[in-house]
Amino acid sequence: MATAAADNGLTISSNKSGKPAAKTRRGLTSPIVSYLQAMPLVLILGLFLLLPILTIAMVSFWDYDSVRIYPDFVTFNYTETLGSWVTWKIYLNTFKFTVIVWLLTMFIGFWVAYFLAFHIRSTTMQIVLFLVCTVPFLTSNIIRMISWVPFLGRNGLINSSLIQLGIVPKPLEFLLFSEFAVVLAMVHLYTLFMVTPIFNTLMRIDRSLVEAARDAGASGFQILTNVIIPLAKPGIAIGSIFVVTLVMGDFITVRFMSGGQSASVGLMMSNQISLLQYPAAAANAVILLIVVLLIVAAILRVVDIRKEL
Amino acid sequence: MHPEKRSREFYVLAFFFTLFVLFLYGPLSTIFILSFQGPSGGLTFPMNGTSLHWFRNLFEQQAVGDFGGSFRRSMVLGLMTTTITVIVSLLAGLAFRRKFRGSTFLFYLAISSLVIPSILISLGIGLFFQVLGIRPAWWSSGLGAHLTWTLPFGVLIMFAVFNRFSPAYEEAARDLGATPWQTFRYVVLPMIAPSLIGVGLFGFTLSYDEFARTLMTAGTFNTLPLEIYGMTTNVTTPVLYALGTVTTVFSFLIILVALTAIIIVGRRRARIG
Repeated sequence: MATAAADNGLTISSNKSGKPAAKTRRGLTSPIVSYLQAMPLVLILGLFLLLPILTIAMVSFWDYDSVRIYPDFVTFNYTETLGSWVTWKIYLNTFKFTVIVWLLTMFIGFWVAYFLAFHIRSTTMQIVLFLVCTVPFLTSNIIRMISWVPFLGRNGLINSSLIQLGIVPKPLEFLLFSEFAVVLAMVHLYTLFMVTPIFNTLMRIDRSLVEAARDAGASGFQILTNVIIPLAKPGIAIGSIFVVTLVMGDFITVRFMSGGQSASVGLMMSNQISLLQYPAAAANAVILLIVVLLIVAAILRVVDIRKEL
Repeated sequence: MHPEKRSREFYVLAFFFTLFVLFLYGPLSTIFILSFQGPSGGLTFPMNGTSLHWFRNLFEQQAVGDFGGSFRRSMVLGLMTTTITVIVSLLAGLAFRRKFRGSTFLFYLAISSLVIPSILISLGIGLFFQVLGIRPAWWSSGLGAHLTWTLPFGVLIMFAVFNRFSPAYEEAARDLGATPWQTFRYVVLPMIAPSLIGVGLFGFTLSYDEFARTLMTAGTFNTLPLEIYGMTTNVTTPVLYALGTVTTVFSFLIILVALTAIIIVGRRRARIG
């Protein structure tokens, strides 16, 4: 107690009196240094995130014709978007993709992470298998989408094997360029975003909790539902944020894998962009942003990310 | 090591895991095989002989647009993004070790950079440059767009690293008379070097493969993913697969180099420490 008070007194007096040893030692910890260190990040995010988003919000009230956009304050970009049943249908379709892909990636992601965390016993093997799962994430999404073509196409591997085995008389048309293909490709692209955070939380579960539950007579299933899943919730939540936001904003997978037979909000926006209808795209963007942030906020009520790192 | 027997659960999950890995790599390996298709072969099996025809085709300028130029641009852009990501994430990581006014806001700003759909960032930066009257280019607006994707990953990794970093080492260094710079250079930096390589790896590969954020920000000249995307609509020969094979092999090489560097740095540290 007394020492603490003395220390405290020392700090205060040293702060007052110029530059004694204690101050130099604390030189690095002054808030100015923190600000300087954070400054590049602030500048980049300000310039390439905050200001562009504000620009979108501004342009969403502008007028446009087929060649250019005009500064103005009109609301028809919003009323047209929200008043059209096409928009609502497309949002519904996007939500449908989101829910299906979310459930599938959560299911697959959890069991893959669970297997890695609880069934692989050597750390080296864990790291190797984890890398095996992560490496595709670091390769091109477009290439990974294209790579489904020889599988799913009309004369693809699946159709030709099914025909050879006599299971179907003629090629299945729904495999490629369909909503099925969109969901398949999204699961393929985005499951890793679920595996990593769930694996991270599972690795931090104290194994003695599992032992204790077993000693107390819990069955394997009870341990899973009462111990492991509740403790894995933060990881599941973070993975869900990734997957939900990726699917909600996706346009390239939907365009490529559905072959133009399905739509999503992102695709609607990218079509408006290619028609140079920027204000309409901007209004759409603002609505999408609000929807996505609301979903993220809802998920964040379950978990504090800062604690999970 | 463990005497207990593998449970049935293990075998079921091991089977599931194997299926998952096949699901991840199966499609990639088919385009790898099909890129060696003979000159008369098509986009699907069967193989009509094997050849390097489509790889040669890839390097003939007129056949597939500007492969060489777009690859060079993607390389340069990737290296620029990597350098900036590593430095800025490291600095931000150091800053976040202490609470400062606005630190929570900045943290959530970085997170939102991750969750805001890419197409929005692309549109936003494109419009921002248009409103300012600046021509977008891959090395300006494109670079900025890539940074909004790589920096949050870098910052989160550094945040996690410094959360587990004991200040005892720095205190010891200071007690031995090291200046703050020496403490950073000889104590902190070697300890976090593997994580920095990891940040760099993320920075490069994410930038090298980025598509959606580049779409409206690349300006006149395409990056490689934009070029590939353009090809998907008008190229109907296995040259597309050859390109896929080449870029994927390149990504794998980068990953391999980074992992080797991490292992070497880790070993050296273990030997000294």
